[in-house]
Amino acid sequence: MIDSLLRNADSVLLLVCAAATLASGALMIVLRQPMRVAMALITTMIFLGAIYGLLGVHFIAAFQVLIYVGAVMVFMVYVIMLLEVRESDGPRYSRLLVPGKGAFGIAAFSTAFLGEYWLLFELTSVLLVAAVVAALAVIRVSRDSGNRKRHG
Amino acid sequence: MDRTQLLIGVAVALFSLGLVGVIVRRNVLVMLMCMELMLNGVNLSLVTFAQQTATTVGAVLVFLIFVVATVEIALAIPIVLLLVRDKRTLDLGAYNDLKG
Repeated sequence: MIDSLLRNADSVLLLVCAAATLASGALMIVLRQPMRVAMALITTMIFLGAIYGLLGVHFIAAFQVLIYVGAVMVFMVYVIMLLEVRESDGPRYSRLLVPGKGAFGIAAFSTAFLGEYWLLFELTSVLLVAAVVAALAVIRVSRDSGNRKRHG
Repeated sequence: MDRTQLLIGVAVALFSLGLVGVIVRRNVLVMLMCMELMLNGVNLSLVTFAQQTATTVGAVLVFLIFVVATVEIALAIPIVLLLVRDKRTLDLGAYNDLKG
């Protein structure tokens, strides 16, 4: 029993991670408070990262945890904490998960990315610049409309 | 069940859960998070197919989706902040006047 489990540890782990991903994804729809939804989404993303690691694409697993959990969800959690103040007075807890993890197996990806798909790489930088400009424009619009409300 | 089938099934289920969340939930931030869930499901399917065909194009596409998702959130959250500052609520029903 234990022997066969150990021999198929890969598949068993994959099944467990897939089940956990689906369970926490379903929790996202059921839970009421946005902070708990965010925690469920973080759980989903971490288990997805585990699935990527089990599949052997380690650098995508690392980027999944670093970019999604480290950047996107921390941003989201901050905004929820910022906006939740006057909506509900339940307990709030934030856990920022950024495990230190090296990127490996990245050589083939990098040569393909910078050699064959260089145009997409350049487009990425254009997209980032556009995002910065758009964020600044949004802030400017809000400041202008606030001034107009105050003066007129 | 085959491993590829399992993973594609998980990807489809994640996408469907995100779609149901976007349709069902009324909180704007929760809707944004459900959109992230849909992107995650698409990423899983891309990685699975890339592993099956042993190519790197899937990894490149997943990386680009990471960037696009980050940019999307970085632009969507200031917009939500402005809306909330205007309407004082996160409920979707208050934003009816956005219907053009």
